[in-house]
Amino acid sequence: MAESTAAVEAGDDGYAAPGPLREFWLAYSQSRGALIGLALVVALVVLALGADVIAPYPPNEQYRQSTLVPPAWHAGGSSAFLLGTDPVGRDMLSRLIHGTRLSLLIGAISVTISLFLGVLLGMLAGYLRGLTETFIMRLMDVMLALPSLLLAIAVVAILGPGLANAMYAIAIVLLPHYVRLTRAAVMAEAGKEYVDSSRIAGAGPLRLMFSTILPNCTAPLIVQATLGFSTAILDAAALGFLGLGAQPPTPEWGSMLAGALEFIQRASWVVTFPGLAILVTVLAFNLMGDGLRDALDPKLKR
Amino acid sequence: MLAFVLRRAALIVPTFVGVTLLAFALIHLIPGDPVENLSGERGMDPERRARLLHEFGLDKSLPQQYAEYVGQVLSGDLGTSLTTHEPVLAEFLTLFPATIELAFFAMMFALLLGLPAGIVAALKRNTVADYAVMGVSLTGYSMPIFWWALLLILFFSVQLGWTPVSGRISVEFDVPMASGFMLLDTLRAGDWSAFRSAVSHLILPSIALGTIPLAVIARMTRSSMLEVLREDYVRTARAKGLPYWEVVLVHALRNALIPVITVIGLQVGLLLSGAILTETIFSWPGVGNWLIHGVQARDYPVVQGGILLVAAIVISVNLIVDLLYGVVNPRIRHG
Amino acid sequence: MQNISISKRSRRLRTALAVALAAALPLAAGLGAGSAQAKGTLVYCSEGSPEGFQPQFFSTGTTFDAVSVPMFNRLVEFDIGTTNLVPALAESWTVSPDGKIITFKLRRGVKFHSNANFKPTRDFNADDVLFSWSRMADDANPFHKITAGQTFAYFEDMGMKNIVDKVEKLDDATVRFTLKRPEAPFLADMAMDFASMLSKEYFDAMLKKGTPNAADVYPIGTGPFEFVSYQKDATIRYKAFDGHFRGRPKVDALVYSITRDATARYAKLKTGECQVMAFPKPADLAEMKADPALNVLQKEGLNIGYIAFNTEKKPFDNKLVRQALNMAIDKDSILKSVYQGQGQVAKNPIPPILWSYNNAIKDYAFDIAKAKELLAKAGYPNGFEVDLWYLPVTRPYNPDGKRMAELIQADWEKIGVKAKLVTYEWAEYRKRSKTGEQSVMMFGWSGDNGDPDNFFVPLLGCEAVKGGGNVARWCNKDFEALIIKAAQTPKQADRAKLYEQAQVIFKEEAPWITVAHSIRFDPVRKEVKGYKMDATAHHYFNSVEIVK
Repeated sequence: MAESTAAVEAGDDGYAAPGPLREFWLAYSQSRGALIGLALVVALVVLALGADVIAPYPPNEQYRQSTLVPPAWHAGGSSAFLLGTDPVGRDMLSRLIHGTRLSLLIGAISVTISLFLGVLLGMLAGYLRGLTETFIMRLMDVMLALPSLLLAIAVVAILGPGLANAMYAIAIVLLPHYVRLTRAAVMAEAGKEYVDSSRIAGAGPLRLMFSTILPNCTAPLIVQATLGFSTAILDAAALGFLGLGAQPPTPEWGSMLAGALEFIQRASWVVTFPGLAILVTVLAFNLMGDGLRDALDPKLKR
Repeated sequence: MLAFVLRRAALIVPTFVGVTLLAFALIHLIPGDPVENLSGERGMDPERRARLLHEFGLDKSLPQQYAEYVGQVLSGDLGTSLTTHEPVLAEFLTLFPATIELAFFAMMFALLLGLPAGIVAALKRNTVADYAVMGVSLTGYSMPIFWWALLLILFFSVQLGWTPVSGRISVEFDVPMASGFMLLDTLRAGDWSAFRSAVSHLILPSIALGTIPLAVIARMTRSSMLEVLREDYVRTARAKGLPYWEVVLVHALRNALIPVITVIGLQVGLLLSGAILTETIFSWPGVGNWLIHGVQARDYPVVQGGILLVAAIVISVNLIVDLLYGVVNPRIRHG
Repeated sequence: MQNISISKRSRRLRTALAVALAAALPLAAGLGAGSAQAKGTLVYCSEGSPEGFQPQFFSTGTTFDAVSVPMFNRLVEFDIGTTNLVPALAESWTVSPDGKIITFKLRRGVKFHSNANFKPTRDFNADDVLFSWSRMADDANPFHKITAGQTFAYFEDMGMKNIVDKVEKLDDATVRFTLKRPEAPFLADMAMDFASMLSKEYFDAMLKKGTPNAADVYPIGTGPFEFVSYQKDATIRYKAFDGHFRGRPKVDALVYSITRDATARYAKLKTGECQVMAFPKPADLAEMKADPALNVLQKEGLNIGYIAFNTEKKPFDNKLVRQALNMAIDKDSILKSVYQGQGQVAKNPIPPILWSYNNAIKDYAFDIAKAKELLAKAGYPNGFEVDLWYLPVTRPYNPDGKRMAELIQADWEKIGVKAKLVTYEWAEYRKRSKTGEQSVMMFGWSGDNGDPDNFFVPLLGCEAVKGGGNVARWCNKDFEALIIKAAQTPKQADRAKLYEQAQVIFKEEAPWITVAHSIRFDPVRKEVKGYKMDATAHHYFNSVEIVK
């Protein structure tokens, strides 16, 4: 959060009066959904950072005598394992809490990579135009023409299964959105007077691209990045579900779900809780993304 | 107009070349060996292995393989599956109606619920109804589909026993497949119980696959409606004393639907992508299921051909949407 | 499809849509009504689609279950439920004293199926045997090579060319196989699916018609069921063959409902949509057994799940290390969490249902202290780091390689051995295992023919180190001498003694951790009578009947 508000501040340089941060917060806090989203995201971040302290057990510790113990409120449940245990006797709650860390990390890293590359390519396409643009944009068209999950599967399969590779795959799948967005924004801004005046003042192309134009395109990028978080988490879970994501014994939600799928009838908690965790996290980022969009860019208001 | 159509159509060619190259590169870069896949724990006789590699053309260099592949595709031949030895195009055509049927009903589900929900939310802005629609659709949008599909099966099929678990039709019905569309074929055969069975098999997969489009359509309809309702001509129509519902349904909705059409077009690509997971979970004998197994078996011709055909469909639908949009909204043509 | 004009099709689509909407309301009420099967139809929920309909080409159990089992016969076959050989298309056979000449006396009056394109004019005879064999063995056979990618999986991979010298017809009902060397397991090989007997007349007729491929796509055999139709990835339909030489099957029709997901198969079994299901999940078994509508049959599997040490690599070239790691594994936990009771602890490389199983052998007991001591003695008091390769897929001998790896990782940690879990895509996994780059890997084997040779030679023989099947890359001279001698000894009792000695060497040298033999379960509905589980994991339905 701190990061994005800072960017907004920089972007809204030209305005004076009520202070951009405050203005943003006033707009953002108008939506109840956005506030709920923010609260959930803060809670998730706290869980992720404090996982070692908050989780009652180490995530990979196997209690072989207590396999598939149901959640505490079920018959046969035990207060020692609030959300029950998995097939090898690991505490579900602890694994879910540690999983938060992984999911947020996946989201953060893949979005950062994608954002960085996407902005770079989009800038080049929008500013240089010509052949560079044609090449970059056609490549993005091709990537968009493939079913995204299939693309992600193929990329992970090439790189080999694993958490880091899943992140790269997701970053690649997300890429076209940032490229298109940046290019469109750059093209819209490039014709404006303030760009011309900088150019006349002697700014080089790099300076023009990154310090003059970019700050004025940040709003839609911030919104897209927040929403990209949720896409990344969903995709990572789907990859984990297909056995291509995090490798054992990593407590990633998608692979936890896939690894215990056979118990869906007998011990549904091993399947429902990881799914619920994914849903809540994705929902939180979507709520926050919606709120940011409404607050940052009234034109995009849905 | 013609120039616009031609310009858009010309863009397809490089995209398509790119798709063949990407599809080829991806499947060949994936570690794993289609020939090795034909054997189990026993392992393969080296002589048989060498012969298969040669027959499948896998002993040639990659650029040579790609060149030959493109030549083949241009002459209309997508090759034969390495596992079943059947032509890829024939396999695709047998399975594709099942995917279309599923995607069509998923889209129907999304439209029939999404449009009214979006309209109601817009008209009753900031009421409980609006919050409910937006809350539910955002939840749907955030849903991990594989998990959602499992929950649906667990609840409706296993707990309640209302719907069948998987497949397209109960095995007791042996309906002659004429069109490949189960509903049409059962109707043609005049078999009502078979038709009911086919419909009941469609319900859960359609819901699972239609959930995300539903959420997107509801949200899009709402925002588009809100925008249109603010426009002058709507106010004018109201001022002229036209009935409220007529204004909403005739004047506002027609204009509000323009961006919604675009969204629907974009959803087609997503539907095909979503069909991969949905078909796998529901044992739906369609293209998604087939592609996943092709990837698992490293069946190069199946994966290349399948991706090519799916991409062709996505590209054409996007083109049609673009053109439609151009027709509805002439300003775009010169953009 | 191409004959229907566009307008007609779209009109039909519109009508269909209207009807669909109209039908939606009354539907919701009565959807779950269990499907009433046509009387005498047996529905089997199978786990996947066959690769094709020709038993000589393919090597998966799924294909055999759908092709060679219902529609074809072999010269000799396994008595269902055991690995004893019984006469089938051959009435009797004799083996020469040197073990190199086998003469089969063929059964007379065996009928082939017919279909729209082919009506047989003669019964099964020696020409069919010669044709079935020469198609695989002889490059000059016109059907040896008719489609791209067509190979003879088992025939070639088992090296049959190096075993059989020639096949001759002595008269219409007598065939003689001459071997290049004495090969005791040969008769058992002949009972395997690849040795199914095809109709020469059918293939010739299709060649004459100019559609030689048709014979491989629309199968004609002598088996209890005739082929009706196949809907890709959905259903295979068969009907009872009236002229089957063992008598017509008791059901009129057989349907394979292809359902890849085990949960879905179980749900279909519960609602009665199918009467027999393949491969239940271990997790569902308790519930299945408690269900009064189901019978859960079980049989010890003809298989072994194991962990192999690469004995060419340090530190696994040291016997003490291998023994220590054997002792550091809690097999009971693995049986409970991974197999969920669907298995038994393994101490030998062959399962106890196989003759020559040495029951006198004692397994390494779970003993952390002893393991640590051995490891220290071997020079690794603080343990070491190692990559543990685990199975990326579910196999009959190991339902969940990943979970097994997680358990082993936790166990070995206690003696200071830090395992990093590694896996590859399944084909890649097997390919890499042949190069010997693995240190410790999970693997397994399902027997095809009930001969112990089928375990020892391909998995632990010196030849298999080169071929790659011996993933422990363990070549022990004494062990090798015993198993080679056993393959060339004609009498079973003598062979058994040799194999028993070989197992003693194996246990002491510990190239593997023998983990488990899985137990197979076939859940069937109560109304299914007369179903017997097969030893080689096939599903036979010829003697099944449905009694309501």
